[in-house]
Amino acid sequence: MTALPIPPGAAHDERSFWTTATTIKSWLVTTDHKRIGILYFVATTSMLFLGGIFAIIIRLEHLTPGPTIVSAETYNRLFTLHGVIMVWLYMIPSIPAGFGNFLVPLQIGATEVAFPRLNLASFYVYVIGAAVVIGSLFAGGVDTGWTFYAPYSARTPATVLPTLIGIFIVGCSTILGGINFIVTIHTMRLRGLGWMRMPLFTWTIYATSIIQILATPVLGIALTVIGLDHTFDWGLFDPARGGDPVLLQHLFWFYSHPAVYIMILPAMGVVSEVIPTFAHKNPYSYRAIVYSTLGIAFVGFLTWGHHMFVAGISRFDAAAFGLLSMLVAIFSAIKVFTWVGTLFRGSIELAVPLLYVFSFFFLFTFGGMTGVAVATMSLDVHWHDTYFVVAHFHFIMVGATFTAFLSAIHYWFPKVTGRLYARKPALVGWALVTLGFLVTFTPQFLLGNGGMPRRYYDDPVGFSVLHVISTMGSWLLTLGMFVVLGVIVHGVARGAKAGPNPWHSRSFEWRTASPPPKRNFVGPIDFNIGAYAYDVADEP
Amino acid sequence: MIVLPDLARHALGLPVEATPTAASVDSLHAAVITTTLVGTACVAAVTFVFVLRYRRTREAPAATPRIVASGFREWLTASAVLALFVGFWAVGYVQYTSIERPPSGTLVVYVTAKQWMWQFTYADGRSSEDVLVVRAGTPFELVMTSRDVIHSFFVPSFRIKQDTIPGRWVTLYVDAAAPGSYPIYCAEFCGVAHSHMLGEVRVLDEADYAVWEREATHDGYAARGREVAASHGCLSCHALDGQKRAGPSFAGLYGSRVPLDDGRVVIADEAYLTHSIVDPLADRVAGYPAMMPSYHGQLSAEETGALLELIRSLRDTLPTQGRVP
Repeated sequence: MTALPIPPGAAHDERSFWTTATTIKSWLVTTDHKRIGILYFVATTSMLFLGGIFAIIIRLEHLTPGPTIVSAETYNRLFTLHGVIMVWLYMIPSIPAGFGNFLVPLQIGATEVAFPRLNLASFYVYVIGAAVVIGSLFAGGVDTGWTFYAPYSARTPATVLPTLIGIFIVGCSTILGGINFIVTIHTMRLRGLGWMRMPLFTWTIYATSIIQILATPVLGIALTVIGLDHTFDWGLFDPARGGDPVLLQHLFWFYSHPAVYIMILPAMGVVSEVIPTFAHKNPYSYRAIVYSTLGIAFVGFLTWGHHMFVAGISRFDAAAFGLLSMLVAIFSAIKVFTWVGTLFRGSIELAVPLLYVFSFFFLFTFGGMTGVAVATMSLDVHWHDTYFVVAHFHFIMVGATFTAFLSAIHYWFPKVTGRLYARKPALVGWALVTLGFLVTFTPQFLLGNGGMPRRYYDDPVGFSVLHVISTMGSWLLTLGMFVVLGVIVHGVARGAKAGPNPWHSRSFEWRTASPPPKRNFVGPIDFNIGAYAYDVADEP
Repeated sequence: MIVLPDLARHALGLPVEATPTAASVDSLHAAVITTTLVGTACVAAVTFVFVLRYRRTREAPAATPRIVASGFREWLTASAVLALFVGFWAVGYVQYTSIERPPSGTLVVYVTAKQWMWQFTYADGRSSEDVLVVRAGTPFELVMTSRDVIHSFFVPSFRIKQDTIPGRWVTLYVDAAAPGSYPIYCAEFCGVAHSHMLGEVRVLDEADYAVWEREATHDGYAARGREVAASHGCLSCHALDGQKRAGPSFAGLYGSRVPLDDGRVVIADEAYLTHSIVDPLADRVAGYPAMMPSYHGQLSAEETGALLELIRSLRDTLPTQGRVP
């Protein structure tokens, strides 16, 4: 086979991107997508821990009925900021802006992204937005829930505006990041690398970016009108002046339902990379994974009404949104079958990233199927706004996305750092996180069945035992996260040298040194052997 | 209809089923959750078997065969799963609409939610706070609104929930309930005392209900509606006896098919009537002049409810053509 050409700009400098420049300034003004990816990773992971602290306090409050450690006012601010920080500051940027930045150019044979300076700008826009959101804590905090439903958000005595402005700014960063990935993937693929040969992770980043640039502007509209209503008393959602409170719900969920797929699609991309690598096997159907990714991105825009089955929408609307929601479940089911099928006749290595993916299988399938359950209209009438819904979306957001995030950390750890993590502590971390998650969130399904509404400071009657179990689970989960943190810090500082491709992966990002040189590749690149060609005996 | 055994209901943590609707919703619940558990277990089991069977034994992996799913198999799997999910959807749709659509001749209770209490007003004019009294075995209809922010009326034992929205009246139909007392929760976040916005549905049997009814001392809620109509000048244009004045008469209006001036025909239900109070010219009845002013912000929720009850009470006064049965 002939080697493909050297990408334009590839240098002969073999030093890794870590060592070419080491000053703090070289990091703060870097336009290297790998360094920007790491900056994003550090920033979003810090937000994960901040949002986690709020979650721990919320769970502690539920340890006993009645007041436990915080007041009702504080509790309402805590669950609002937990949602805002986890959704906008951690989950939406974490995998796309962190891992996506690092990996997409490597996976398509490019030396950089299309707009390196815009990429750095989007990071700083994110930092400013995050700072404003966190600053709103000191302005008294916001108590509307992350959904900002009107007219409560227009009437609340809490200061809503700083939080709205902060999220608006973060939204701008999301759009800039999305544009950058789309242009990069369209124009900077290595000559000869067709769309249907692209690694699957890059495909999911592409689909995610499309959602980001189409849906985020609508979030901007929703946040703007809430801000105007609260600050200047415009009465846009005040029925006494001709406004409609339900209108905001349509605007909000038109963004926020697709946003769920911004959070889950990159996680599916991680899974689609980890399984072929550790099963040493081609995906059972590359085509099915690509088309179902695009299908989710498209249909995701047409399902927002399933958040409003009891908000007084018409029967026709409810029926249409319920049916379209089932289509998303189909695309997800196709993916699960394809992933499991990939294991068939593989050569499976039970490495830590793959164990996280197995946790993902279980939690995502259960979480996704309960999504089918809440999309079934008559059942949703009972479950809507109860802990059942809380458990369902935490199975997807934490059980699936966060688990995939941890899988990604372990899988690409040698790629980014050139070192190996310590396997046994990592196994302990995996076991604690998975067990802690199950103990925290499984009881919440039963709480919801019993009728416990969400966002309740007090516990009406009889749900307490399940709350206590759930709170104890959150301690286990926290412990697990600190073990994982310890594994990462230890691995960065003391990990054994990994070599360029410790997992024997065929995916394109592993065909250069680990960690990669500043310009990603040195010399000609060989992408002739496919990213999932495990029927070829020689390593490319 | 399959009835869910008590054991299964306890295992799922579900509260008692106080209405036939609750029992049928629970049957679908059991079917969907069983499918979820079985589906998840199958994925886990197949994964486990593959891992046992194909686990890598040597240090370095050997080449593996290239296996690709056939298009036929992909379509077959997708269609089978889709058929299952659409089946859930279809049963859910039928149940969902049965909750929404009331038969005629039910008891009516007007519900006004506000931070942080529930107010119930009955057709005889009485009202109660946080305790809703209904008769066992008789279906009832709740006509609901909110005075401030969005709340949500939730009775777990009935498996029903409905948001109450300021400026809008929504109806909720409840099947014949068994005697007992069932908690009401507010399910939409509404501020600092959200978790204390609790209530109780007291379903009385025939004898107790009769006692409760005899305690009635108020004038009817429709009589209150008559006062409201008189004091706001409604009656100068809307007669109560079927006469045609500047506006349509209230007699026989409720539930009738009303032709509009733009050719559409609507049913005069709560939504249409309250909309016509706040924005009269938007859906104007054919044959009447466009002259009614908007009563936007001039009527309290209680007054609007009283007007609705007045109009409802006159539904059989003068049978009109095209009544909805």
